[in-house]
Amino acid sequence: MPAEPANATAAGPTALAGVPREVGVAKPDPVVVADGVVRRFGGVTAVDVGHVEFQRGAITALIGPNGAGKTTFFNLLSCFDQPQEGTWSFNGEPLRGVVPHQVARRGMVRTFQLTKVLSKLTVIENMRLGATAQRGERFLSSLLKPLWAAQEAEVTARADELLVRFKLDHMREEFAASLSGGQRKLLEMARALMTDPELIMLDEPMAGVNPALKQSLLGHVKALRDEGRSVIFVEHDMDMVFDISDWVVVMAEGRIIAEGPPADVGANPAVIDAYLGTHHDRDLAPDLGGGGTS
Amino acid sequence: MDWGNIVTLTISGCIGPLAVQYVLAAQGLNIHYGYTGLFNFGQAGFMAVGAYGTAIVAQPSQLGGYGGPLWLGVLVGVAAAVLLALLMGLPTLRLRGDYLAIVTIAVSEIIRLVVRSEATDAFAGGNSGINGFAASFYEANPFKNNGRYEWGPFSYLGKDLWIMVLGWTVVGAFALLTFLLMRSPWGRVVRSIRENEDAVRSLGKNVQGYKMQALVLGGVMGAMGGVVLALFQNLALPDDFVTRTTFIAYAALILGGAARVLGPVVGGIIWYGAFAFLTNVVTEAKRAGYFPSGVEDNAAVLPFVFLGIALMLLVVFRPQGIFGDRREVELDAR
Repeated sequence: MPAEPANATAAGPTALAGVPREVGVAKPDPVVVADGVVRRFGGVTAVDVGHVEFQRGAITALIGPNGAGKTTFFNLLSCFDQPQEGTWSFNGEPLRGVVPHQVARRGMVRTFQLTKVLSKLTVIENMRLGATAQRGERFLSSLLKPLWAAQEAEVTARADELLVRFKLDHMREEFAASLSGGQRKLLEMARALMTDPELIMLDEPMAGVNPALKQSLLGHVKALRDEGRSVIFVEHDMDMVFDISDWVVVMAEGRIIAEGPPADVGANPAVIDAYLGTHHDRDLAPDLGGGGTS
Repeated sequence: MDWGNIVTLTISGCIGPLAVQYVLAAQGLNIHYGYTGLFNFGQAGFMAVGAYGTAIVAQPSQLGGYGGPLWLGVLVGVAAAVLLALLMGLPTLRLRGDYLAIVTIAVSEIIRLVVRSEATDAFAGGNSGINGFAASFYEANPFKNNGRYEWGPFSYLGKDLWIMVLGWTVVGAFALLTFLLMRSPWGRVVRSIRENEDAVRSLGKNVQGYKMQALVLGGVMGAMGGVVLALFQNLALPDDFVTRTTFIAYAALILGGAARVLGPVVGGIIWYGAFAFLTNVVTEAKRAGYFPSGVEDNAAVLPFVFLGIALMLLVVFRPQGIFGDRREVELDAR
């Protein structure tokens, strides 16, 4: 478990109260800091982020119209892709040039927009895979079951708890391929939690999840913050963004154009403008009396 | 046509020394392709380094070899397979799967062409290969080398029986090793890599490292196939290691069922049994004069024609092989 969950409960979000609402603003206790990150694909500049900090112990949403570079930025931060320029760090340690699995081992774990479940493994095996530092995953010690059987039982117990929490326990022995799109999202998130991450990065966790499940998923994400973890997520579902995020970072055309608490960002003309380009029909700030439906 | 003879030869052949080499090669491919999802199309190359390592080291010096002990030769063959896996894996395992396929098929052909070329005649014997290195192996034979041993329909020479006993012992050891590995968390990681390596990476596993371990392990199994073949023939011959050998091993694996411990073992036995049966039928038919005179000389390819058809039918009607789980094969169709 991450350090001092009790103290951290409200520290992350409340610490953001006095932070100015301007792009690139310094946070009181940043967990991830990115500086001058530029990623070009041929002539297209997909990401060009000047400076951005993500607060520890808070839920930060990364929003923006399609093609804004959110997922690319995610890939860069988690080292699944390399930028042409820039530096970024996690817990003060620079991440440039680090291989993806090392990033994950340091406690920064991500999920994918297009889910990557392991189809021919059962749901419980998917979960078990997530556990870190398993003795049985080393070649020689894997040959002797007594060396890893006890740890395997612990891992399974933890996996079963998470499966109950994510309402997947009835699918425990099914192949992951037989899950629906929404269930796959849940499985991927639960599997990422098996690594006990300090920071979890969710790429569109709500896409394809049915409304009933959405509510419980929102609860799970909030619970992660309450356990002291940091969450960064990319999402198009504005209800979710306004409901659970402590801070919103808005991207458009590769750049960060605004950041601030959800209410402020929703009222920001630059943000409305950026979204209007592609989402005329999207209700940006349903909770702000702007003709919202929720 | 002498059907009794055909049946005896088939039954004896299906667990004979030649079947063992395909079983070992297929066991290696099971680790590569079946469990880890690595497309190694150069298993013949691993077999070749196993055979040639043994042959070069153990050939007596008066015949042009190093005159080393046989066990050292086998060890050198296995070490060469490890080295080969590292050499091929380092540049390609970080790339997409097809690159490994291209590199392995090319490397195995390079190995074959190098050992059969005149330039390496001095130590690899050119296209006639290396012979006469297995004398100490047959001296250690507890059976009478030229005695005939019969048991029901099985009938073998003592020298064949000796290589079979050792060969099947190695097969059993590899099957046990595969079983132990694949029931463990290590096996879970490599099977997950087969499914989606980015997902595994995102969970903090060193995907490259696991792929390399799998490539080395399967390569060593293939090399042992080459060792068995070389000892049985007392000859390491370059053209035994053509690409066709790799694909026969793949056929055996798919027939038995990939990602099953006993898949390659049973698949290899049945495949080689079928091959022996068809070859014997064709031979007998030829002797009986059933083929028109123009076709007769080419009749030896007929077993391959029939096996090709059988393989197509297999993939259509039972894609999971004998031991596979049909559900698994059909999952990808979604």
